[in-house]
Amino acid sequence: MAEAVLEVSGLKAGYGPAEVLFGVDLTLMRGEVAALMGRNGAGKSTTMKAIMGLLPARAGRLRFAGQDITGWAPYQVARLGLGYVPEDRRIFTDLTVAENLEVGRRPARGGRAPWTPERLWSFFPNLAEMRGRRASAMSGGEQQMLTIARTLMGNPDAVLLDEPSEGLAPVIVEQMAEAVLRMKDEGIAVLLSEQSLDFAAAVADRALVIERGEIRWTGTMDALENDEQVRATWLTV
Amino acid sequence: MDVGFIVVQSLSGLASASALFIIASGLTLVFGVTRIVNFAHGSFYMLGAYIAVTVVPWLLEIDRSPTLFFTGVLISAIAVGVLGVLMELLLLRRLYKVPELFQLLATFGVVLMVQDAVLKIWGPVDIPGPRAPGLRHGVEILGQRFPAYELFLIVIGPAVLGLLWLLMHRTRFGILIRAATRDREMVGALGVNQAMLFTGTLFLGAALAGLGGALQIPRVSASSQMDLSIITEAFVVTVIGGMGSVPGAFLAAVLIGQLQAFGVLVFPKITLVLVFLLMAAVLVVKPWGLLGRPEAAAGRAALPEGILAVRGFGRVEKLIAGLAIAAMLAVPVFGDAYTVKVATEVLIFALAAFSLNFLVGNGGIVSFGHAAYFGLGAYAAGLLVTKGGLPMEPALLAAPIAGGLFAALFGFFVVRLSGIYLAMLTLAFAQIAYAVCFQWVEVTGGDNGVVGVWPSAWAASRQVYHYVVAACAILAIIALRRVVYAPFGATLRAARDSEQRADAIGIDVRTHRWLAFTLAGGAAGLAGGLYAFSKGSIDPTLLAIPLSVDFLAMILLGGIQTVMGAVAGAAAFHTIKDIFMPLTDFWRFLLGASIIALVLVFPRGLAGAFAGWRA
Amino acid sequence: MTLLAVEGLNKAFGGVVAARDVTFALSAGEMLAIIGPNGAGKSTTFNMVGGQLRPDTGRVVLAGQDITGQPPRQVCRMGVGRTFQVAQTFLSMSVVGNVQMALIAHHGRTRDMVADAARLYRDDALALLARVGMEGEADRPIGELAYGDVKRVELAIALAAAPRLLLMDEPTAGMAPRERAALMQLTADIARGGGIGVLFTEHDMDAVFAHADRILVLVRGEVIAEGTPEEVRANPEVQRVYLGTSGHKAALRARRAAHG
Repeated sequence: MAEAVLEVSGLKAGYGPAEVLFGVDLTLMRGEVAALMGRNGAGKSTTMKAIMGLLPARAGRLRFAGQDITGWAPYQVARLGLGYVPEDRRIFTDLTVAENLEVGRRPARGGRAPWTPERLWSFFPNLAEMRGRRASAMSGGEQQMLTIARTLMGNPDAVLLDEPSEGLAPVIVEQMAEAVLRMKDEGIAVLLSEQSLDFAAAVADRALVIERGEIRWTGTMDALENDEQVRATWLTV
Repeated sequence: MDVGFIVVQSLSGLASASALFIIASGLTLVFGVTRIVNFAHGSFYMLGAYIAVTVVPWLLEIDRSPTLFFTGVLISAIAVGVLGVLMELLLLRRLYKVPELFQLLATFGVVLMVQDAVLKIWGPVDIPGPRAPGLRHGVEILGQRFPAYELFLIVIGPAVLGLLWLLMHRTRFGILIRAATRDREMVGALGVNQAMLFTGTLFLGAALAGLGGALQIPRVSASSQMDLSIITEAFVVTVIGGMGSVPGAFLAAVLIGQLQAFGVLVFPKITLVLVFLLMAAVLVVKPWGLLGRPEAAAGRAALPEGILAVRGFGRVEKLIAGLAIAAMLAVPVFGDAYTVKVATEVLIFALAAFSLNFLVGNGGIVSFGHAAYFGLGAYAAGLLVTKGGLPMEPALLAAPIAGGLFAALFGFFVVRLSGIYLAMLTLAFAQIAYAVCFQWVEVTGGDNGVVGVWPSAWAASRQVYHYVVAACAILAIIALRRVVYAPFGATLRAARDSEQRADAIGIDVRTHRWLAFTLAGGAAGLAGGLYAFSKGSIDPTLLAIPLSVDFLAMILLGGIQTVMGAVAGAAAFHTIKDIFMPLTDFWRFLLGASIIALVLVFPRGLAGAFAGWRA
Repeated sequence: MTLLAVEGLNKAFGGVVAARDVTFALSAGEMLAIIGPNGAGKSTTFNMVGGQLRPDTGRVVLAGQDITGQPPRQVCRMGVGRTFQVAQTFLSMSVVGNVQMALIAHHGRTRDMVADAARLYRDDALALLARVGMEGEADRPIGELAYGDVKRVELAIALAAAPRLLLMDEPTAGMAPRERAALMQLTADIARGGGIGVLFTEHDMDAVFAHADRILVLVRGEVIAEGTPEEVRANPEVQRVYLGTSGHKAALRARRAAHG
C-alpha cells in the first residue's frame, strides 16, 4: 500500500455566514491521480481552497507530506510542495508566459531534477512558441496549460487541479488529459475536481464523490463508471 | 506668441512632470502591491530633500564634482528607502487588514510625526540646497534661456521610467511586484512570502520619493510644508494615471505638467483648479484612471465599519446628555473668558464632527475633505459680512446654504465612486476649494484671509455669542440625530451594509447618498459660519487637509460605530488640543502617535469604551 | 396565465456567448427551476430578468409590461422580489429592522427625515416574519442568526414588496443539508398560497426535483431541455451533458492506454 501524501479529516469551511463544507474526509496517495467528482456547488473548489489555506478551515485537520499544515499560510503550504491550479486560472495577464513561469519558480526538494522553462517547453510545445507573449493574449486552453506549467515550476509533490477540463474545446481537453497523465508519470500526485466523467475516467485511478459538502462515495474509477446507481444519485439529475 | 516661448514653456512643464513622476511612481507601486494609500509618501519626499541638503553640501566640501553631488542624492534616496522599510515593519504590517479609513488616518499620523521630527532636527527655517556642479548654467533654446538643471530633470524622468521598466521586467523582484499588483493571493499560493515582497516594495517606493525630494534641492529649499503640497499632487497623478500603474503615472505626470505650464498663461490664478478639474473629469469618464484596472472585488468585512444598532437614549445616556447641555449653557455664567472660548469651539467642532460621522459612520461614505464644507461656510459668512456689508444673521443663514450647495455640486461626482477612489476625490475637491481661497487674493485675501468678521452688536460679547452658537449647534445636532433615526438614516445604513440588497428592495442608492452628502455639507457649513464669527476672521486653513484630519480624528476618538460618539470625540479632542498644544513643541507628534495608537489599539473609540463599560 | 415571458434573450461578454436565444414563460403560482452545469448561463439569465444585466437583444415582459434593461430598483417596484446566492441582508440591523427597511422602501418613504424608522411598519414586518417562521427572533441582530434562518429572513425581505414574482438565486446554497428541504417547502407553500411565481436556480437536485413544477436546462447559454421533472430526468441529452460525455471518450481512453 502506498503512503498518503495528503490527508484531510473533518474539514469544515465556508464563506462568511454561508457553510459549504460539513466535514470532508479524503486521502491522496503518493503518485496517484484522484478525481473529486460532484455537481457544481457540491464543495469541490472550496475543498481545494481550504486545503491550500486560501480559505480558513473552521474545523478539521490537514496533513501534507507528513506535516500538520492546518492553519498555514498559502505560501507555506506551497513551499512544502503542494501546487494549486485554480478553477478560474488566475493567470497574471500583464505578464508574459515566461514571466508567469518565473513567479511560480521554487527550488526542487529531495534532489530531484527541477522543472525549468526548457523542460516545460517540451512538455507543452504550444507554450514554447509564445513564451514572450502576454498571457492576456492567449486562448483559454493555452492559459489553462500555462497555469499547470506555472505550478510545475514550483516542483510540487502533489497538485490540486480545480476543474481542468472546464470550458475547454475537445482537442484541448485531450491535451489536458495528456498533461495530467504525464504529471503522474513524473511521480506527482494529482487531486483533480471534475464534472466530466469521461475526463476523470481517462486520467484518474480513484474517484471521490462529493455532494453537499461531504464525501459520499469513494472507489476506483472503474467502479464508478459501472455503478449507475451512484452516478444517478450524486452526479446527474 | 513665438515658438521659442512655447517650447520653453513646454520644456519647463516636462521638467515638473519628471519630478512629479518620480515621486508618484513610488506611491503607485506601493499602492499596487499593498493596497494602502500612503499619506506618508509626501513625508518621504520631504525627508529626501532634508537629508540631501545635509549630506550633499558635506560631500561637496570634499570636492565640488557632479559625481559627489549625485552620490549624495543617491545616499539620500537609499536612506529614505530604509525609513520606508521601518514604516512597513513597524506600522503597515499591522494595517493590511483594517478598513481603508483607518489605513489613511494611520499613515497620516506618520505625516504629523515626521513634521515635528523634521522641525526638531532641522529647525523651522527653510534650508536652501546647493546647485548641482556642472549644471548651473543656462542653455540657449530658440532665443530663450533655459536652466541646464531643468533639462537634466527632463531626461531623468524617462530614465527612471526606463530603469523601473528594467527592474519590473528583468528581475524576479520586479516580476513578483507586477504579479502581486494583479493578484496578491495567487502569488502567495505559488509559494511567495508576501511579507518580504511588501517590505521590498516599501523600500523601492520610499526610495523613489526620497530621490524625488533629493533631486529638488537645487530648485527649491527644503521646508517643512513640502510634504502635504506634494502628496496631493502625487495623489492626483496616481489617480489620473490609474492606481498601481507606473506608465499611467508617467502619462498623467506629463499631462499635468503641460496643463500647469500652459494653464498659468491662460488662467494664472487657478492652475491648481485646472489640475483637480482634470482629475474629476477623468474619474467620471474612467473611474479607474487612464491606465488603471477595476479593483478585484474585495472580500466584504463581516460587519460594516460604522454605526451598528441605533438605540435610543437610556436613562444614563439621557442624564449624560442633559448634564452636557446644562454644562454648556452654564459656562458663560461660571467660566472665565478662556473657558467660554473653548466651550464655544467645542460646540462648533461637535457639530462639524457629527455631520462627518453622519456620512462616515452612518453612510459608509469616507470623506477625506470634510473641512471644505466647513471652510466654505466660513468664507460665505465671512465674505458676506466684510465685503457684502450684511449683518451676522443673514450671513449665518448663508453659511449652511453655501456648504450644502458646494456639497451638492461636488457630491454629484463623489457618489459615483466608492472606497479609496471616493476618499481621493473628496480630498481633491477639498483641495480645489482650498486652492481657490488661497489663490483668489482679491476676493479671499489669499493666505492672510479676511479679518473683521464680527457678530452683530447684540451678540458681540463672548458670553452672548456662546449662547448663539449653543442654540444653533445643539439644535442642528438634535435635528441631524433625528435624521439618523428616521427612515432616511436607516436607508443610508442599509445601502452601506449591502448596496445589492438596497438596490433589490427598490432604493436608488446614489441619489440617497448624494442627499446625505449635501445635508452633511450644509451642517458643516453652519459650523464653519459659526466658527468665522467666533474667531473674527477667515483663512485657508479652515479648508485645509489638517482640519479634515482633525475632524476624522474626532470621530475616530469618539467611536464611529455610535451615533453620539462624534460629539464626545470632538469635545475630548478639542479640549486636549487646547490644553496640551501650548505646553509642548511636539503637539503634532503626539497627535500623530495618538491617531496611530487609536487605529491599532482602540479602533472603537470612547463610545466603544463606554459601551464596553455599560455592558 | 403568463406572469413572466422571456423572449429571445442574448448576451455576450467579449466574444463569449453567455446566453443564446433564451426563451421561456412562467405562470403565477408556478415554480420554475433553471439548472445546468457550470458556466451554462444560469446567473446571466437570472440577472437579465432581475435587471442586474442588460440583454444584448430580447425582451423580458412581466405581467404584460416590458421591463427589459430596467435597473433592479425599478424591477423591484414592478413587483419582483429577489434573494441572492449569498444572502444579502442589512447586517447592522435587527431581524425585524431588515424587514421594516424593505417595507419603508416599498412604501416610498426612504427620504423621510422625521419619522422614527424603528416604529414604522413594525406590525407588518412581524406579520411577514411570522409567514417565514421567524417572528420569535424579531429583535435579535441578524448577524447572530444561523445561516438557514438568515435565508428565511431574506425571503421575508423579498416578500415585503408584495411581489408577483420571486427570483431566487440558489436558495439553498450554503445551508446545512437538513435546513434545505424546509426552506424549499416554505417557499413552495408561500408561492402557491399567494399565487406568486418563483424562478430559481439550484444545484441541489433534491430541492429541484421535489419542488419545481417545471425545469429549464441550460448548457453553454442555450436551453437544451424544458419540461416537468420527470421529462427532464428521462431526457438522455440532459444525462449526457451532466456527465460531460462529449463524444471524444475514445480519444481520451487511447491517451490513458498510452500511459499504461
